Amino acid sequence: MNTQSTRSTPALLNIGRLQLPLRTPSADSMTRIARALLLPLIGLLVFLFAWHIAARNIDTSLGKFPGPAQVYEQTQGLIADHNRERGREAAFMERQEKRNAAILAKNPDAEVRIRDYTGKPTFVDQIGTSLFTVLAGFAFASLIAIPLGILIGLNGTLYAALNPLIQLFKPVSPLAWLPLVTMVVSALYVSDDPMFAKSFITSLITVSLCSLWPTLINTAVGVSSISQDLKNVSKVLRLPFMTHVIKIAIPASIPAMFTGLRLSLGIAWMVLIAAEMLAQNPGLGKFVWDEFQNGSSDSLGRIMVAVLVIGVIGFMLDRAMLLLQSYMSWDKNAVVR
Amino acid sequence: MTHLELTGVAIDFPTPRGPFRALDGVNLKISQGEFVSLIGHSGCGKSTVLNLVAGLYEATEGGVVLDGKEVREPGPERAVVFQNHSLLPWLSAYENVELAVRQVFRHSKSKAEMKDWIEHNLELVHMSHALHKRPDEISGGMKQRVGIARALAMQPKVLLMDEPFGALDALTRAHLQDSLMEIQARLNNTVIMITHDVDEAVLLSDRIVMMTNGPAATVGEILTIDLERPRNRIALADDVRYNHYRHEVLSFLYEKQHKPDDNDSQDTPSKKSTTTKTESSGLAQDVHSSNSSTGESTAPAAA
Repeated sequence: MNTQSTRSTPALLNIGRLQLPLRTPSADSMTRIARALLLPLIGLLVFLFAWHIAARNIDTSLGKFPGPAQVYEQTQGLIADHNRERGREAAFMERQEKRNAAILAKNPDAEVRIRDYTGKPTFVDQIGTSLFTVLAGFAFASLIAIPLGILIGLNGTLYAALNPLIQLFKPVSPLAWLPLVTMVVSALYVSDDPMFAKSFITSLITVSLCSLWPTLINTAVGVSSISQDLKNVSKVLRLPFMTHVIKIAIPASIPAMFTGLRLSLGIAWMVLIAAEMLAQNPGLGKFVWDEFQNGSSDSLGRIMVAVLVIGVIGFMLDRAMLLLQSYMSWDKNAVVR
Repeated sequence: MTHLELTGVAIDFPTPRGPFRALDGVNLKISQGEFVSLIGHSGCGKSTVLNLVAGLYEATEGGVVLDGKEVREPGPERAVVFQNHSLLPWLSAYENVELAVRQVFRHSKSKAEMKDWIEHNLELVHMSHALHKRPDEISGGMKQRVGIARALAMQPKVLLMDEPFGALDALTRAHLQDSLMEIQARLNNTVIMITHDVDEAVLLSDRIVMMTNGPAATVGEILTIDLERPRNRIALADDVRYNHYRHEVLSFLYEKQHKPDDNDSQDTPSKKSTTTKTESSGLAQDVHSSNSSTGESTAPAAA
């Protein structure tokens, strides 16, 4: 009996295997879609439920910890605030234009002043400020890190000279840099009509100082690990330095470079929030800190909204880098994740 | 008339335990249009000879002279076909050849002439159908064809080939050997080719340079292959002279230069000057990662 059953099992398996290709492709892709959508959805629902339960059981001096429902409410509140503020701004500009038109009608030579609306920045404005700052800081850091990384990747002497410095500054926390940067910017960035606010420059430099390193190191590693064969090709052809960089060094190091860029952008975003919080520079970090200081019953909910928004933006920035990588990379088949 | 000459070439590689002499007293004269194969056991310094001619290594003693000028650095007049094709993976076949052509002819050819020249060379290696394919989209044999086209497009004085067909299957290899013979007949290039393959060496070469085992490897014997061209591999398979040449090479490799293998372990001190022998056998590993040195075969240079 026993032997019979063991013998029949492979046969059954065989039938099963034979049937697989006969299954309609649509059914197969349905399972795949279900896996891709359903499982994350289940994860999300479990998380929301756990959050909801946990939040009900945490009492703080500012009331209960916000659950999903409160956060949703606050999100709508923040959007409504933003729209109200925009309405006020529009009304202000309209009044100003009317007033100026009236003055000009009376006396065509009169000098009219156009004042900016000076309302409090809304949550949406703060998101915009933070995004702009992080992208500017990241771009600045990349502009330094990529060329420098290529140089030290190509030149062992330069690498040996700079490596201790890189290793020394890489682990420094943004909060340690911040006071120094603030003081230096106040001292050096003096202008009657500054193009950018000082707070913006401070945040930008702090972000750059911290997000420089992963791009620098990864680019250098990518460039220095180009295969000897390709270097020999370049030598035999006597390629000039720039041609070597453009035709060989950069394409060869694109994957490593993007690994660095993605790490850098992630760090830049984290550092920025901390810097804004500490230095009271406009942005999401300041929003969080202001709400914390404000201490109303809505505050924790609003902070939670900010936390989620920070997470979503961080995620989207990373996805954007991935898209850029697959666009830039010569190897379209490379698995990018 | 000597076209390319290696005179008393020796090379030391630095190792933690002092310099390791890979080649010693290599003398070789090659005439214009000659096809010379270098054959020998792995680790015997064939590639080192090629890299010296290419200018990628510099000789410690002696030197390489090409057309009356000493070789000091790599250059396109000594084009190299690398063992694993070494095409830039992000460029198409056309662009890979273009990189070389632009570099060599940027002052002497117009854009249209360069385009014709690139296409002409790719046609020479029968790659016209895949001009715009990238290396990862074509087979190993095709990649090597493009590598040859790139080298030919530089119009080199000497074509250096480092086991060009070593990584290919036997059928593809035969095809490419035929292509190479055909191109060589048309262009009359001077070629130095490294090979492991006795048949390949006899079929393609005018002379076969057989190298002794390292360290301090040198030229052992030189065999002139006096078979008229064009050569046909099928007709030659039964040819008495062809088989005689094969036999000569085989007997050099397997009788005179018998490769010491594992039972002749490298940490057994050999009978000669004990200290230097063991030392250099250890160093041989550092440089070539093969246990090549010990045994009676290395006698001439080491003594």
